[in-house]
Amino acid sequence: MSILDSLSVALSALRTNLLRSVLTTLGIIIGVGSVIVMVAVGSGATSEIDRQIASLGSNMLVVYPGASRVAGRSAGAGTRLPLAERDLQAIREKVPRVMAISGYLQGNAPVVFGNMNWTTQIGGVHDQYLTVRDWPLAEGREMTSQEVSTGARVAVLGSTVAEKLFGAGDPIGMDFRITNVPFKVIGVLTAKGQSSFGRDQDDIIFVPITAARGRIVGRSQVVNDQVGQIYVKLEPGASLEEAQEEMETVLRQRRRIRPGTEDDFNVRNLAEFLKARTAALSTMGWLLGATSAISLVVGGIGIMNIMLVSVTERTREIGLRMAVGGRRRDILTQFLVEAVSLSLLGGVIGIVIGVGGAAIVAISAEWPILINAEAVMVAMAAAAMTGIVFGFFPARRAALLNPIDALRSE
Amino acid sequence: MSGTVTTMARHALISASGVSKVYRMGDQTVRALDDVSLEIGAGEFVAIMGPSGSGKSTMMNLIGALDVPTSGVLSIDGRDISSLSSDELAVLRNRTIGFVFQQFNLLARTPALRQVMLPLLYANPKPSDAEGLARRRLAQVGLADRLDHHPRQLSGGQQQRVAIARALVGNPKILLADEPTGALDSRTSAEIMQLFCDLNAEGITIVIVTHEPDVAEYALRKIVFRDGRIVEDKPQSGFQRRAAE
Repeated sequence: MSILDSLSVALSALRTNLLRSVLTTLGIIIGVGSVIVMVAVGSGATSEIDRQIASLGSNMLVVYPGASRVAGRSAGAGTRLPLAERDLQAIREKVPRVMAISGYLQGNAPVVFGNMNWTTQIGGVHDQYLTVRDWPLAEGREMTSQEVSTGARVAVLGSTVAEKLFGAGDPIGMDFRITNVPFKVIGVLTAKGQSSFGRDQDDIIFVPITAARGRIVGRSQVVNDQVGQIYVKLEPGASLEEAQEEMETVLRQRRRIRPGTEDDFNVRNLAEFLKARTAALSTMGWLLGATSAISLVVGGIGIMNIMLVSVTERTREIGLRMAVGGRRRDILTQFLVEAVSLSLLGGVIGIVIGVGGAAIVAISAEWPILINAEAVMVAMAAAAMTGIVFGFFPARRAALLNPIDALRSE
Repeated sequence: MSGTVTTMARHALISASGVSKVYRMGDQTVRALDDVSLEIGAGEFVAIMGPSGSGKSTMMNLIGALDVPTSGVLSIDGRDISSLSSDELAVLRNRTIGFVFQQFNLLARTPALRQVMLPLLYANPKPSDAEGLARRRLAQVGLADRLDHHPRQLSGGQQQRVAIARALVGNPKILLADEPTGALDSRTSAEIMQLFCDLNAEGITIVIVTHEPDVAEYALRKIVFRDGRIVEDKPQSGFQRRAAE
């Protein structure tokens, strides 16, 4: 008997008990569905992490000032020493494989152009800042190192600000005011979208750090050339861990921190931080993986159970098939094909539900919906294997029936 | 000597020689057939009779190649069934024997045409025009207009005709019927038996197992079993057949 004939027999047998067939496959449905959701969540989370790291700038370390404070330690003036141009210089000169470096002095200020006004974040930066952040311009140009050293009043706008102030018009070369100080627009950035914390990253204006100091961001009491945070981009392939240690050593020396005392600065690897934050998602993926494995086993037992019932119900039919010339292997094949059809039916329903589930997760987590063909194939293969493994015992039982007893059974 | 035996074996379609069948039930042994020898030639119409427990059903299982003897030799179409594997027995049944059962044994919710095609699905090679063969056999038993009917939509007599068409579809040498009229009323029984007579007239060998004397009267030879042995084996006129004609 050909497989095709077996398939047609199997399908008509399953159709006869359609409700029972579908209920039986429930375990397989859940198993396959969770495999699909698991893989989609896993790859969605990965692509989201990659996107966030890319928007942050890759191979990047950030130095924050005075963040380390231990309870009980006196908050003396030296403990809150801001980072200054000299710190930045020291890193540029002494830490190997630094590709680009920039300070970042942050403030908020009202900006005005004609009768339009808007309050936005102002970033005082060095000329290499956009390189550090991997942030390309949409139009215009970056600020030059000379503009930074002279404190030129030029500005590079985030796309949100550009739209709020200038609407559809071309902002390049326009003069506008930041807290009553006139600035000229030299560039507009491409849109980066929301940050991982939900802030609009394009609602920002970058100006030379020298122009921001004192005019827009308050001057420090302690140092007169503060740089806020220091963003460091390393050459491709450079070890972030090694660079981080080098930087700490250099800064401790420069800031004369005695051995055994806490750093008054903090070097952070933001990519690591993001990865840790999304680790919870992969835990969810593992849980779904466990669910799917258990469901497939439970589903398999369900199939075995219903196939045993089916063999018992159809004992006479098996006897007849044997009498008219069905060999043991024909009977075995027939019931195996039936079990596999049953599990594949569950697999197909599971895929439909899984894809739906993955879409819901993706939409609520604001990820791209990632259904990969391999996951679908793996899930189907797992379903088919379940059918074969758990269908074998009932099928073998059918094949080993004695035709005389089978024909005589009620 | 050996030449004679070979000649006899060639002519006999079914040949039993010293056949015994012993069942073990718990610590008791039951001798269902006890040293039975018999030959049935091609084209014969044989009725096997006997009370229940006489061994006639056991004999039918052996003739149908559904079972093998405990001792002795039983040959069907020249092949000793004890020497065949279960798969080879299945092939032998498929090619040589057509079964008709008391309870018809039709598949539920399956149209008549597909019922009749069933043995052809197991045939090797599978005939190219299985559906045509099935159609012709259904026409032969008078059901040309019932191809799409399910068993539930057919009367008992019609169901048994479908079963007979199924038994015939593989063009077997032997038609083996176990109480074929046991579930039918007397009028329908007569029609079915007449169909057997017509088929026999066309040359097929028919063996009917029955406990009804009326049914046995259609056959041209009657073999009676009692306590696992043949107690009577004689040709008869088959007058019922002529009476019906």
